Amino acid sequence: MSREELKKEFKTFEDLPLTPITSVPSSANQTGGWKTFRPVLDKEKCIKCHICWKFCPDVSIKAKEDEFPEFDYDHCKGCGICAYECPKDAIEMILEEESQ
Amino acid sequence: MVLRLWPGVSGIFTETMASNMPVAYSKGGSTMESEILGSMIEVRFHGRGGQGAVVASNILAEAGFLEGKEVSAFPFFGVERRGAPVTAYTRVSDRKIRIKSGIYAPDFVIVMDPTLVKAVNVVEGLKPEGLVLVNTKENADSLRRGLGITGEQKVATIDATGIAIKHRLGSKAAPIVNSSVLGAFARASGLVKLESLVSSIRHNVPVKLDENTAAAKEAFESVVMQ
Amino acid sequence: MKIMMTGNYASAYGAMAAKAEVVAAYPITPQTSIVEKIATLVSSGEMKCQYVKVESEHSAMAACISASQTGARAYTASSAHGLTLMHELLIWASGARTPVVMSNVNRAMGPPWSVWADQHDTMAQRDTGWMQVYCDSNQEVLDSIIMAYKVGERADIMLPSMIIEDAFILSHTMEPVDYPDPELVEGYLPSFDPRFRLDVDEPYGFGSLVMPNWYMEFRFKINEAMEKTRGAILEAEKEFEETFGRSYGGLMDFYKCEDADAVLVLAGTVASTAKHVADKLRSDGKKVGVARLRCFRPFPYDEVRQLAKMTNIIGVCDRSYTFGHWGPMATEVKGALYGLADVPTVKNYIMGLGGKDLTPEVLEKVFVKTLQLKDTGLDTEIEWIGVTGHGGW
Repeated sequence: MSREELKKEFKTFEDLPLTPITSVPSSANQTGGWKTFRPVLDKEKCIKCHICWKFCPDVSIKAKEDEFPEFDYDHCKGCGICAYECPKDAIEMILEEESQ
Repeated sequence: MVLRLWPGVSGIFTETMASNMPVAYSKGGSTMESEILGSMIEVRFHGRGGQGAVVASNILAEAGFLEGKEVSAFPFFGVERRGAPVTAYTRVSDRKIRIKSGIYAPDFVIVMDPTLVKAVNVVEGLKPEGLVLVNTKENADSLRRGLGITGEQKVATIDATGIAIKHRLGSKAAPIVNSSVLGAFARASGLVKLESLVSSIRHNVPVKLDENTAAAKEAFESVVMQ
Repeated sequence: MKIMMTGNYASAYGAMAAKAEVVAAYPITPQTSIVEKIATLVSSGEMKCQYVKVESEHSAMAACISASQTGARAYTASSAHGLTLMHELLIWASGARTPVVMSNVNRAMGPPWSVWADQHDTMAQRDTGWMQVYCDSNQEVLDSIIMAYKVGERADIMLPSMIIEDAFILSHTMEPVDYPDPELVEGYLPSFDPRFRLDVDEPYGFGSLVMPNWYMEFRFKINEAMEKTRGAILEAEKEFEETFGRSYGGLMDFYKCEDADAVLVLAGTVASTAKHVADKLRSDGKKVGVARLRCFRPFPYDEVRQLAKMTNIIGVCDRSYTFGHWGPMATEVKGALYGLADVPTVKNYIMGLGGKDLTPEVLEKVFVKTLQLKDTGLDTEIEWIGVTGHGGW
């Protein structure tokens, strides 16, 4: 069974691999659509401490030294933990429909 | 001749030993033809934790194995502590050993530490015609009375501690009496030949191979049998 | 070439002979000398394998599963409380279709705290999707590890195996064991080559979520493979015998059962002692036999039905117990017999728990009790043997 075969539609149990195997990583599952609120960074207040990055339970904040954190909105579920933990109140959770 | 046959498993094996191997054994397991009982000899060792009773039981078993006999050796299935009285066991047989339970009526008892005679009932279960070998300077007759053994049972003694100290095995405070006791036992019991015992000792002791060999031979010559 | 070794060393040398590439294990009495020996062999360079130190048995099994998914031959060893801590991962191993092999030293579960022989720990893993082989000699321990990889790694099987030895009675007992010629092992056991493997350059996602429409299908496939292990175990043993000259009786090892008035079904070392006693009783004219249950999973369903044709009385001797029901082996034996026209009388004995010694004398009594059922009929479905103050003991 090849990578291509894994992408085919399974018709019976016989078509299945021995154990559930996916040909793409779990990041292919874009959970960003689940959120009601989205985090928005106020760069005036942010001190680049990256505490938000440490606390993000979904690895949806990208951090590089001396740079502002970036949110991965394709995977962020909008839990708001980053905003809660930010020591400078630099992250605001705004309604998804109002962010457009 | 001692050979290291392949990396990873250190073992000893000689051509003469190979010819002594019972052919049936290599079949193993359930394909063996059953034999009733056969002549199985059971030995119990008494020592103190750390004194080497378990190693002695293994050395004796391997000596029998080198003669082409079926053997097994095991410690008392317990929690061992240094200094506490411990027991170890060896079975030697000319048939495949199927019994996998403990030994309760030994043919031979070996007492590695003279103080154990008063601490433990070392002759418990000893067969009516059995033999007890004690590492002691004490006279065999008085030992016999002290142990309260009667009838056909035999007593043998060896000053294994003295021999071990003489050959500088262990320290004076804690001499290692394994090889001396086994040398005496080979003579007193006739269960294994001195030659195979020495091969087994040399394979199993980590250091002082020549001293251990000399001690076993000296004890073989000087064991006192009642 | 034969050398003297304990059952635990036979396990370690079995892993080495089978060329296990990853060993992840956590020590526990009476298994410790297995992993100690392997650590020694690895550190001296005699055994080429990655030895992973872990903080628990749960992690040991997790590491073995991952290693197996990368295509490495993985081995571990445990006992009692360690094995039961692994329980979650045992089920994962079979679901992930990783042919890990584990030695388990059968030890009683506490409390009361005990380190002695008892099959409760492995019997309680019945439903984890592992093959279980109960051994009665150190040679069988070593050989069974090699055979387990042969069976488990088959592309149409891909399931894990437990090779089981009784605490102390095998684990710490020295016996002569033949270490097989590495070249013969090489020919017998090809290298492990799974269809999919964890590979950072060619990534796949393993163990993903499956919706209810496909979950049962995956479980169905595990059972299809487990059913195939019956034949595969026999084939692997036949080839093993042709290569190495040793065999162990397949799933159920029959000893003098053909014309027996009564047969005892037992697993582990007690079966060996029972064969000795059967010989003695036969020499006294009592026709008894021994059916040694080697595999508890897959269960030797056909063999039990075969046994029913050989004898009219079966005594099943469990060295463990399912509280609120019978012993686990008796349950399975009776289940296999259901629906037969001539069902033998089956009596269950519970014995030897927590290392209570099963001497030839005890087994002789049990044989005699079982033979008496010929005249008396079944007296009681289950009897505990050797409980102080109970039933005349």
